[in-house]
Amino acid sequence: MEDLYREVILDHYKNPRGHGVIADADASAEGMNPLCGDEVAIYVAFDEDGETIHEVKFSGRGCAISQAATSMLMEMVEGRTADEVSALSKDELLEEIGIPNMSPIRIKCALLGLGVLKVALHRAKGTALPEEWAGLDEEFQVR
Amino acid sequence: MENMAVGADLKLDAHAVRADFPILAQEINGKPLAYLDSAVTAQKPRQMLDAMTHFYETSYGNVHRGVYALAERATEAFEGAREKVARFINAPSSREVIFTRNATEALNLVAYAWGIPTLGPGDVVVVTELEHHSNFVPWQYVARRTGADFRMLPLTDGGELDLEAIDEVAAEGDVKVVATNLVSNALGTVNPVERLTAWAHDRDAIMVVDAAQAAPHRAIDVQAIGCDFLAFSAHKLCGPSGVGALWGRRELLEAMEPFNLGGHMIRKVQFEETTWGDLPHKFEAGTSPIAEAVGFGAAIDYVSGIGLDAIEQHEHELVSYALDRLGEVPGILLYGPPPDRRAGIVSFNMDGVHPHDVAQVLDWEGVAIRAGHHCCQPLMQRLGVAATNRASFYLYTVPEEIDRLAEGLLRVRKVFG
Repeated sequence: MEDLYREVILDHYKNPRGHGVIADADASAEGMNPLCGDEVAIYVAFDEDGETIHEVKFSGRGCAISQAATSMLMEMVEGRTADEVSALSKDELLEEIGIPNMSPIRIKCALLGLGVLKVALHRAKGTALPEEWAGLDEEFQVR
Repeated sequence: MENMAVGADLKLDAHAVRADFPILAQEINGKPLAYLDSAVTAQKPRQMLDAMTHFYETSYGNVHRGVYALAERATEAFEGAREKVARFINAPSSREVIFTRNATEALNLVAYAWGIPTLGPGDVVVVTELEHHSNFVPWQYVARRTGADFRMLPLTDGGELDLEAIDEVAAEGDVKVVATNLVSNALGTVNPVERLTAWAHDRDAIMVVDAAQAAPHRAIDVQAIGCDFLAFSAHKLCGPSGVGALWGRRELLEAMEPFNLGGHMIRKVQFEETTWGDLPHKFEAGTSPIAEAVGFGAAIDYVSGIGLDAIEQHEHELVSYALDRLGEVPGILLYGPPPDRRAGIVSFNMDGVHPHDVAQVLDWEGVAIRAGHHCCQPLMQRLGVAATNRASFYLYTVPEEIDRLAEGLLRVRKVFG
């Protein structure tokens, strides 16, 4: 149980990586978890190839899980291509966060950042969300 | 001497009461359960559970239908429960008591069946910033649908209704309905519904009181309040989920169109036309929550046996104690009025820690509190927060549970540094 707030999670929560805003972002979106009011906005700048994530930042407020998971996500996706992030599965992120037996409510907190990032990238590319994530923009009220 | 006797009668022995609640005698995560979320729903005493089981085992049938013995027994128990609800709120007649699914459905009944035919452009619907969504969303919807104005009575920073602003809220337009809760589920604020009723009636408006959070915890008298409608649920009152009650003034209920249509609510059905049954049946289409109503009546017997004044006093002591204990925890921000104008509810935040994380750590300690917006998003907006933590008390709550809450919060502080 105590794994939920183990050191690495609390460290990301208190010292979030990639926290901030990119003014002229190539892709961006913001979303919330209506159940708990967690909020996350994500900004992406691509390399010149228009594919590789050069810089990614987030801002937001919410529970430790939503904010720490998004912070970890920032470290995971920098330098990867939009296609690679599109293929990134829920399980991969949850494995990275490393909390076994998370309750369904907390899993939603953990997936908020990845969902918002996916919507941002797919919107920038004008492509549809993969099936696993379909309806996500509505679920997280992404703007 | 007499006063002393009354004072002694008022004292509620919560430790003894707990023996009636089987669910409380368990461990959660290896710790004894401290259930501090009675505002969302109350736990159930064995007496109520036994009454429902006994009814199912001996007297169950559909009501107002058959001529056989079981149907008669079921009808008698069901109508007996209605009598208990009527006495519980001092209604002039049990025919003015309508069984609904819950308080929300009762409020929807008024908003739809009274509001839609009555309201129109130029009319004003007044609710408050303190409302639960159940007494906010139906009025907002009905106002929009009929073209009426929808206005909110603001709150003071202390979480109480700002009565000085009321004339301004209603400055233009014709106020037709004022809807408010008697006790706020989010802050515990006890609202001056008698004064609001007088104000509403001065303008020939009706007064609708959401008593979901009040009826389980303090004596209710609809005639003393003077309101026109009052709604509450059984499940917050030690009764089962799935049943609630609406009380309304007879002349208003009689003039209203029905809400749900179908079996039982009719007088005569013909191809050309259907006429409606008498009160309360006009508003009770279909098979009612029969055993649930019986359980509702048993729950009323149970809390009445302990005494609503004693329950109110007990919770008042608990909330004073909780405000003191929580005030000792570093970084706790408390919301809501002082204890003398507050029911057994404490809403708070811990600096730098989201309510879900607070509630999660407390759960490890076996302490169950609510974290969220409490179905009061307009209030959360007013407070400038996304969510709060809420601890709420009832007749089975003991001070030791509040100690464990305070100790648990110190642990949260430790985890989050």
